[in-house]
Amino acid sequence: MNQQGKTETLVSAAIPDETVGNVFVDNPRIKARDVNVFYGDKQAIDRVTLDIAEKQVISFIGPSGCGKSTFLRCLNRMNDTIDICRIEGEIALDGKNIYAPDVDVVPLRARVGMVFQKPNPFPKSIYDNVAYGPRIHGLAAGGAELDEIVEMSLERAGLWNEVKDRLQQPGTGLSGGQQQRLCIARTIAVSPEVILMDEPCSALDPIATARIEELIDELSSQFTIVIVTHSMQQAARVSQRTAYFHLGKLVEIGETEQMFTTPQHEMTQNYITGRFG
Amino acid sequence: MSNAEKQMMPPAVAAERVAAGLAARHGRERRFRIYGRIAIGIALAFLVTLFVSIFSKGIPGFFQHYVTIEVTLDRAKLDPAGDLSVQSLYDGDARGVIRKALFEAAEASGRSGRKAAGKIISQGAEQRLRSAILDDPDILDTTQSMTFAVDDDVDSFLRGYIKRETPEKDRRINDKMIGYIDTLNEKGLISFRFSDYLIFGSASRNAEMAGIYGALVGSILTLAVCLVLAFPLGVATAVYLEEFAPKNRLTELIEININNLAAVPSVVFGILGLAIFIGIFGMPRSIPLIGGVVLALMTLPTIIISSRAAIRAVPPSIRDAALGVGASRMQTMLHHVVPLAMPGMLTGTIIGMAQALGETAPLLMIGMVAFIVDVPGSVTDPGTVLPVQIFMWADFAERMFILKTSAAIMVLLAFLILMNAAAIIIRKKLERRW
Amino acid sequence: MNSFSLLIAVMLISSGYFFLGTRSSKAVRTAGARLHSLPHYYGLFAGLVAALPALALLVILAIGDDIIFNRLALDFVPDDVKAGENYKEVIVLAQIYNVVNGINFGEQPEWVNAAAAAWHGWEATSTTLKTVTVLALSLIGGMLAYRMVNPDFRSRNAVERIVMTILAASSAIAILTTIGIVFSVIFESMRFFALVPVSEFLFGTTWNPQFEGAERAGSGQMGLATYGSVPLFAGTFLISVVALSVSVPVGLFSAIYLSEYATPRVRSLVKPLMELLAGVPTVVYGFFAALTVAPFIRASGMSLGLDVASESALAAGLVMGIMIIPFVSSLSDDVINAVPQALRDAAYGLGSTQSETVRQVVLPAALPGIVAAVLLAVSRAVGETMIVVMAAGLAANLSLNPLDAVTTVTSQIVTILVGDQEFESAKTLSAFALALTLIIITLGLNFIALQIVKKYREQYE
Repeated sequence: MNQQGKTETLVSAAIPDETVGNVFVDNPRIKARDVNVFYGDKQAIDRVTLDIAEKQVISFIGPSGCGKSTFLRCLNRMNDTIDICRIEGEIALDGKNIYAPDVDVVPLRARVGMVFQKPNPFPKSIYDNVAYGPRIHGLAAGGAELDEIVEMSLERAGLWNEVKDRLQQPGTGLSGGQQQRLCIARTIAVSPEVILMDEPCSALDPIATARIEELIDELSSQFTIVIVTHSMQQAARVSQRTAYFHLGKLVEIGETEQMFTTPQHEMTQNYITGRFG
Repeated sequence: MSNAEKQMMPPAVAAERVAAGLAARHGRERRFRIYGRIAIGIALAFLVTLFVSIFSKGIPGFFQHYVTIEVTLDRAKLDPAGDLSVQSLYDGDARGVIRKALFEAAEASGRSGRKAAGKIISQGAEQRLRSAILDDPDILDTTQSMTFAVDDDVDSFLRGYIKRETPEKDRRINDKMIGYIDTLNEKGLISFRFSDYLIFGSASRNAEMAGIYGALVGSILTLAVCLVLAFPLGVATAVYLEEFAPKNRLTELIEININNLAAVPSVVFGILGLAIFIGIFGMPRSIPLIGGVVLALMTLPTIIISSRAAIRAVPPSIRDAALGVGASRMQTMLHHVVPLAMPGMLTGTIIGMAQALGETAPLLMIGMVAFIVDVPGSVTDPGTVLPVQIFMWADFAERMFILKTSAAIMVLLAFLILMNAAAIIIRKKLERRW
Repeated sequence: MNSFSLLIAVMLISSGYFFLGTRSSKAVRTAGARLHSLPHYYGLFAGLVAALPALALLVILAIGDDIIFNRLALDFVPDDVKAGENYKEVIVLAQIYNVVNGINFGEQPEWVNAAAAAWHGWEATSTTLKTVTVLALSLIGGMLAYRMVNPDFRSRNAVERIVMTILAASSAIAILTTIGIVFSVIFESMRFFALVPVSEFLFGTTWNPQFEGAERAGSGQMGLATYGSVPLFAGTFLISVVALSVSVPVGLFSAIYLSEYATPRVRSLVKPLMELLAGVPTVVYGFFAALTVAPFIRASGMSLGLDVASESALAAGLVMGIMIIPFVSSLSDDVINAVPQALRDAAYGLGSTQSETVRQVVLPAALPGIVAAVLLAVSRAVGETMIVVMAAGLAANLSLNPLDAVTTVTSQIVTILVGDQEFESAKTLSAFALALTLIIITLGLNFIALQIVKKYREQYE
């Protein structure tokens, strides 16, 4: 049985060997080729190949435990902090494999920033939170330049007007939504090229969520954004491309609108219509 | 609104600046790691130095030099009254008999010669002879080969701490003595063997006779009193505070007190014992009973705190199950929770006892410093404990005392290791992971 | 009967009542009536009522009679002896004890013999009194309890209430101990401050208790003892500073390395080894300090042309520092591990190196806990006794030079109280005043540390 009278064969409802859809794009920012990730003996990611396009938002969706967060964390080598995690394959940023033995993780993470699920501002002042990145990387030539960076980051994160009079107050004193925007400001203060977001709104109320989604839209003109989300509605609202993961494999990837209206794989369709996950 | 034309730093510029600082940052990282390793290295080096220092002196401390001579046990001289009574033996001339045998073996003659040779043998030798006779009276009127400890100066010489090359007036042993020692040595009469004095002897001002037996017995008695008092009181208090105490000011006060007591220096408990038990109650000083009470008061907070933790670790589902079948709170506690918490309580108690075993200051305060020769027979006889014995010996400068003190320290550490190992084994074997 | 056999007797009586009570209640049950509680509870009730009051009475009498005898014996001492120069109660009582116990050191004055004879009489009376009252209490108590065996009697509740009282009483021991410490120390300190003004004690700079009382041979000085404790506190301060300057860096950096950098294998090997340092008895450290470290420091110093005392504060402080390393390390380790991983992730995600994360994120977050750990270490250093007694000096030297010999508060307490004490002289009492200040300082430090930890915990909740 196929959807909307299309005669393209729907592949069976088993996880496909080959990802369905447009895996590759022109001039990708990030290229992932045959990536496998193991936690000890357990395989979490199975031969994932995809491209991430520049200055676009791509969302990773899929049921719990499908590996989307794990794959996300590979993109800035955050999985290095976990001892039993082993990675095979290649992930190239601007043509260079980030897992090459001579790669320095420090500048990599300055180019590929991350926003986490639960807002985690440092127990420092709002100013110091945002200034932390520029300070350790030595980005500002002096105090004035640092002030500028902080102000611009907070503005782009849509937080400046709310906090400009209380920059010295602790970042932990803000509301949940404000804290997450602070974390976003902190991330963009080091001028990254790519921003990874791991379910950034799951701990926030709907109003805060809406603000952040607006923000993501604005930011996408300047940054490449990869967002993991368990809300399909969010993926539909926010991203241009979507990748559907299931049990560590990339099942289908394509333009968001197309995937949500005419998914090519039955599993994708089942997930989107809420059959499982 | 900020200036519209002001852009955020382009990533390329940022990447450049980041790259510029990398070398210095990685350098700092390397140095930081090294500091960490150095710190651990220092701590471990201290540990090794401490143990090497103790062991290098302690192991030789378990041995001492003895001299074996043929002693003619003339009954008339040794047991003048003929009845083998203690008094008779004391009146007898054991000393002379031994000296005679010694002079023969060392080929000593002349007044100054005999004076020198006589100093070779330990002053405890006559005591040994008397004990041997009491043990086996049949040896009287025979000639026996008997082994006696040498004097501690001679022992130091034999170990090489007193050197021949030193001018005679600067030595504790004169040349004549060295001559006789050499003679005895050539005859193979001097042996280096395990020191029975160390383990079985009691306190003595003569290093070669000194031993830890009395202190060991005192320690065991004191710890026994401590355990008998602290364990039941500690467990009872823990049970009460965890389960039955009403949440009021009085209970809070008790809890604060217990935490404070855990922080009080141990010396203060000794002062408490001194002021109250000895000053007010007028109880005798220096007895294991008082020592045990003082140590028990000191160990109580430790036992209470660890027992409470053990009780809290028992999951509420056990309590709920017991209460659900109709057990009273007391029955639930005594029949179900406490047995399950017992391994944790035992572990905490053993560790508390190990700490108490090593305590010195509070026992000094209550007077267990007296020079006690007799081994305490009960908790109300004067006695001392092993750490205090070590403390007292540490003051003596004789080489042999240094060796024996180190050996005594090794015995103390051995007991501590045993106790801690027992606690760990109990924890591993009996504690259940919920 | 002496106390011990009375103890056994009471135990036997209460066991007897236990059996009787149990059997009787079983009989009642067999006869058809339904009991409120299990039979053994009735027995337990009888047994406990037979045992506890009697034992309490026994303990009170056993402790009390010696006190009473002492009082009565002192009445035998003639007034002229009491008024004598060297009259000491302890000596007089000792004389009487010796005669009582049959130890004869030659001829004793008439009154000593009289007192001893009377003592025997009192002992006899007391023993009879004890025996009769204790046994009677036990028997009668047991009987009354036994009589209460009937189906409606809620013996289990009664037993549990008795047990509960026992448990509560044990907890009270903790309070009693504190009261005892506070009472004894404050009481004697007050007596001291009646003799020596507080200002002299707190601010005076010479400490010479040994001039108290007896005339110094030939010097003609009498009672010119001074009790200025400043040199003692300076000594404690100096040695503690030396100790902390060793233990804090080593302990803190070890903790950082073990919790942030070390592999689990290394950690599981090194941590217990460091705990070993904490398990070594302080007398062993004192021996090590006096015999190995102090001579070494002295020799090294001499070879560098420095004048080092043979009991330098440096030696004692160094060894004390070694002993305290595990305190700082272990507490800091706990505190560092408590910092949430999310903060570290945020820092790494921004491109921090590990040392930057530790220095700029983890340590500032853990700082209150680390400060508390250091305060606790200070408290431990201040209260330490054996290392300073064995390795630091006894001369109350006011100096801040670690190469000099200084003495500490704890060392003086030990020196004064070990040996003959007279609870009347200012010398002995000064030790209590010192102990009072020691308690105030250590408890104060612990209190501050606790407050810091409380505030810190709030930060993460």
